[in-house]
Amino acid sequence: MSTFLLLLGAGLARGAVFALFALALVLIWRATRIANFAQGAMSVSAAYVAYLVLMGTGSFPLAILTVLLAGAAIGFAMERALMRHVPSRSPLNSIIVAIGVVMVLTGVLGILFGADYKPVAVPFSRQPLEIGDVAIVSPYTLFVFVVVAVVVAGIALLFTKTSLGLAMRASAFDDEVARLNGVRVARMRTLGWVLSASVGGLAVLLAVPTELGLSPHSGDLLFVNAFTVAIIGGLDSPVGAVISGLFVGLLLTFVTTAWGATIGPIAVLVLLVVVLLVRPQGVFSLRKARLA
Amino acid sequence: MTTTAPIDTADAEAGRPRRPRGARARLWILTPGSWTPAQRWMITGLVLLVALGATFLLDPYRNFLLATAAASVCAISGLSLLVGRTGQLSLGHAALMAAGAYAFAFTSNALGDAGIDGPVRLVLPFLAALIVAAALGGLVGIAGARLHGPYLAGLTLALVLALPALASTFSNVLGGDAGIYVSVERRPEFLSTIIATEQWQAWVALAVAAIVLGTFAQLVRSPAALRMQAVRDDESAARLSGIDPVAVRVGMFAVSAAAAGLGGGVLAYITQSVSPGAFGLTFSLFLLVAVVIGGVGTLAGAVWGAIVIVAVPEITSAITEVLPLSAELSQRLDGNLAIVVFGVILVVVMLAAPRGIHGAVADLVERLRRRRSADAPHIP
Repeated sequence: MSTFLLLLGAGLARGAVFALFALALVLIWRATRIANFAQGAMSVSAAYVAYLVLMGTGSFPLAILTVLLAGAAIGFAMERALMRHVPSRSPLNSIIVAIGVVMVLTGVLGILFGADYKPVAVPFSRQPLEIGDVAIVSPYTLFVFVVVAVVVAGIALLFTKTSLGLAMRASAFDDEVARLNGVRVARMRTLGWVLSASVGGLAVLLAVPTELGLSPHSGDLLFVNAFTVAIIGGLDSPVGAVISGLFVGLLLTFVTTAWGATIGPIAVLVLLVVVLLVRPQGVFSLRKARLA
Repeated sequence: MTTTAPIDTADAEAGRPRRPRGARARLWILTPGSWTPAQRWMITGLVLLVALGATFLLDPYRNFLLATAAASVCAISGLSLLVGRTGQLSLGHAALMAAGAYAFAFTSNALGDAGIDGPVRLVLPFLAALIVAAALGGLVGIAGARLHGPYLAGLTLALVLALPALASTFSNVLGGDAGIYVSVERRPEFLSTIIATEQWQAWVALAVAAIVLGTFAQLVRSPAALRMQAVRDDESAARLSGIDPVAVRVGMFAVSAAAAGLGGGVLAYITQSVSPGAFGLTFSLFLLVAVVIGGVGTLAGAVWGAIVIVAVPEITSAITEVLPLSAELSQRLDGNLAIVVFGVILVVVMLAAPRGIHGAVADLVERLRRRRSADAPHIP
């Protein structure tokens, strides 16, 4: 019973991080119709900046603030310097440019920091709390839940309750009409990238303490997992991203506990194939599949 | 309506494939439109003979690099046609090469155990590599073909990242991270006094590459190429013309995977080992870089791309060896520097010269030709 509760907590925490990262993908997809394949590398770069701050000051809250700011800066640079200028003739162009960015970022991180895993210390115990004799959940897991819940609620409020969110939704829905109504569409796109890169960086920083540590390739598998989550949820559904993120996190935790850690990537691959074959528009998306 | 109409036409104009007419068509060195299939095969054979002869000019290490480039050409040309002709992006062609390499290894080892030698042991493993890779490619293609753009890219990315996990999960068969040893058919007895092992390996690799390029040269001039173009440019219009888009996409993905499998088989043959590390994400991305640098959708571009991705890592590691650096720093630079260089090239080419080297060369020749025809009337 105790093991089951622990796995449940760990799986949900892992899923919460997937959900956050998938949410970052969904944010950019909704704003620009681009699947950002550089999300992993961008977020890991932001996490390395936060790692340097953590090493220098030892303050975890400061590291979280740094990762948000660094992510925002990287997202801003990415949109203004590159993505804005990519010819939009084919959706493949932006993916190929993003792959180029992945190569530059992972290569530079490899040169600067080496390929070894950097452990990230957190001010929360990873030991589970006990109620009576039953171990339930570790403080760090609780912390992850709280942070993810706050961010998801914040994004939901931004999109549904503010005029800025309305403008962002309008420019994502139909940029021509939004422009005619006085929305600065280009600025909304940049904002989408900034927001998404911030959230992605935060997801990596939260994921690292529970994984092996921070390495230039930390983002690769996280990206594939989150991409799977986003596909299952439907690429344009934030709610779908959160629900399927929790589901995939639970599934992966139980599968890897039963059959060992190496089975993880295979399980994700099988899941992705099955979903694409059976319901390619996503499980939580009610709309017909988009063809672009 | 009036506001959107000009944009639509602009898009259609830009998306429409450029149909080079007149002299520019002659630049399709491998596939001029006026040649018959038999003539194309003859030209392919002639080029192959010249390439085989050229190996006598190279030292063993250069011959090994040439064989590696020839193996890469197989995968790159398939990927290039896949991206350029059907608009499908694969980030996992290295995994398909790995499938071919493992199939080659098992077949070659099994034939060796059975005591079968000679040409059969050289050809049969390549056939196995082709079939297994095509089957896997068909499977991946079916999962990804119903939707455009990012879905197939993400699926193939997941495939290539799962490869090390697959190898260690089935380590009793696939040999885990260390991989498996491949015993291969060596060069024929009568050649052993004339050419070195590396040169023979280059011959085999060049022959396989010539078969792949020759087949693709026929493919891009066939009705199938028009069907692919139709599906890529306007799926609804293609469907109205009686073309099945899913069949076209899955078919091209399987053909492209078969070529990658042959490339993997060549790599297994020349290195005599197959391990998941040799077919990782980085290699997969290098293949994409080669496609883009050379010029997406062109066979000549695939050759250019293969040369670049084999040459650049050699050059960057030569540079890091010359520079006076600490051991740790040069170890970090080794490998990573080439990745950074390729990343920069990929971004710059996509933004500045989307038609790649092949496009640049074609433009240059076209300009020279125009100047000559402009000069012509002045000749008395």
